[in-house]
Amino acid sequence: MYKNTGYLSSQEYSSCMPDEERMNSGAVAIIECPEHIPCNPCQEACSRGAIQPFEKITDLPVIDFERCNGCGNCIAVCPGLAIYVLQKEYEPGFSLIKIPYEMLPIPQKGDRCDILSRDGSVIGQGLVERVQKYSFNLKGRVLWIKIPKELHREARNIRVVNE
Amino acid sequence: MKQICDVLIVGAGPAGLCAASIFANTDVQVIVLERDPFLGGQLLKQTHMFFGSKEQYAGTRGFEIGTLLKEPILQAKNIRIFTNTVAAGFYPEDGFLLAIENDQELHRIYFKKILLATGASEKALSFENNDLPGIFGAGAVQTLMNMYGVAPGKEVIMVGSGNIGLIVSYQLMQAGISVKCIVEAAPVIGGYFVHAAKVRRLQIPIYTQTTVRKAFGTESLEGVELISLDAHWQEIAGSERYETCDTLCLAVGLSPLSELLSHFQCETQYVPELGGSVALRNQRMQCTHKDVFIAGDVAGIEEASSAMLEGMIAGVSIAEDLGIATPSHKSIKEESTQFLQAMRSGPIGDKIRSGLRKVEDSHV
Repeated sequence: MYKNTGYLSSQEYSSCMPDEERMNSGAVAIIECPEHIPCNPCQEACSRGAIQPFEKITDLPVIDFERCNGCGNCIAVCPGLAIYVLQKEYEPGFSLIKIPYEMLPIPQKGDRCDILSRDGSVIGQGLVERVQKYSFNLKGRVLWIKIPKELHREARNIRVVNE
Repeated sequence: MKQICDVLIVGAGPAGLCAASIFANTDVQVIVLERDPFLGGQLLKQTHMFFGSKEQYAGTRGFEIGTLLKEPILQAKNIRIFTNTVAAGFYPEDGFLLAIENDQELHRIYFKKILLATGASEKALSFENNDLPGIFGAGAVQTLMNMYGVAPGKEVIMVGSGNIGLIVSYQLMQAGISVKCIVEAAPVIGGYFVHAAKVRRLQIPIYTQTTVRKAFGTESLEGVELISLDAHWQEIAGSERYETCDTLCLAVGLSPLSELLSHFQCETQYVPELGGSVALRNQRMQCTHKDVFIAGDVAGIEEASSAMLEGMIAGVSIAEDLGIATPSHKSIKEESTQFLQAMRSGPIGDKIRSGLRKVEDSHV
């Protein structure tokens, strides 16, 4: 399906997510990497050993959601921008996503933004909570975006709103 | 001017630079020819992070890899570099390669071994008015945008959803240029899902089974007619629609730049999986002419990561044949060969493995 559309269907991305119990208990990384690309930096970036060692470089990344604490190191290192972190219970009524971002202008804390789904539809409005820069990826950023909780499964990108 | 060297490397992209690195600071006299004013080849245009493993600079952006590769070459006293220099032809009866520097100075270069790391050229697409200004190859768009900071236009339609079409669409959006859509003649997206997902999240639609039929414009491009294709790649009458755009970007594949191989009478074969005519070679990257080696896209269209590894392998093979290979060379070659095999394993490597089976080993 994703080979025709370029995005994961709800069934496809749901299979990348942890169960409800884990989702309710704190931030967790979600890896949307369904093809056997020869690539392994995510595994090396994970300081908690949550991303399982690869036997072959073309293995798919497998994440142990119980070990993952949602730190987000893997987000900034992933060349495919395929990883994001979801914290479903962030504030009452709100979730948090941490997403890779490479567009200009670089958003600032407090900016309002449109929330986009995997197919690019605008599904709501969010708020930039934090902008992280990593020493090993000086050009890209990881954005922390506060989103309405009901969008926690669909939210995957943002678009800065021009004031 | 007459030039003499042990090893002549044609092309200073990832493959040529990696091969040259094998000889850096040895007694081997090396000449590197590069048609462009810069070293690094296509790496210089690549602003995205590379896949692979740490050893292949995974997670590093392409242009940064280019810088890392060229530094040791620039500093090596035994390597002479000619930029803005075209390798025009090999004269077998006299045994030299003719190179033209800055469109004026001729060099007759004598060598013991030659590595052709010439890369690839872009394929075109035939349709009415495809010569209108505003219609570019994707490589040209990348050069304008990422090397010279020039926007090719304001509103782009991309033809082709392979990795280049997807990546250049993303880079256009990063440069603040609108990408209206990506059209793809095949029923499925050609490139990696992760690249497709990035452009879809940026609101760029991808229309599969669609192609461009005509371009319109008086002075320059003003719009195109798109048409849907059926499962047999035939146009579906009545599905034509007009889309405005001032830029059409063609990302419809690459062909190996294999012309020089014929000057050496290396045996070549047309292999669709490898993008066109490629030389028969053994796993040492040696062609049917024993002094000629190949690496990178000229050996078959693949990735910059595999070009680097092939460059290493070809460099060590040449060192072996010159009788100067060291134990550390041997381990570089073994590691590179293993990495290359690992990269090509799995379903994504099916096509390249099938292509390589047709040209490797049994023939040389």
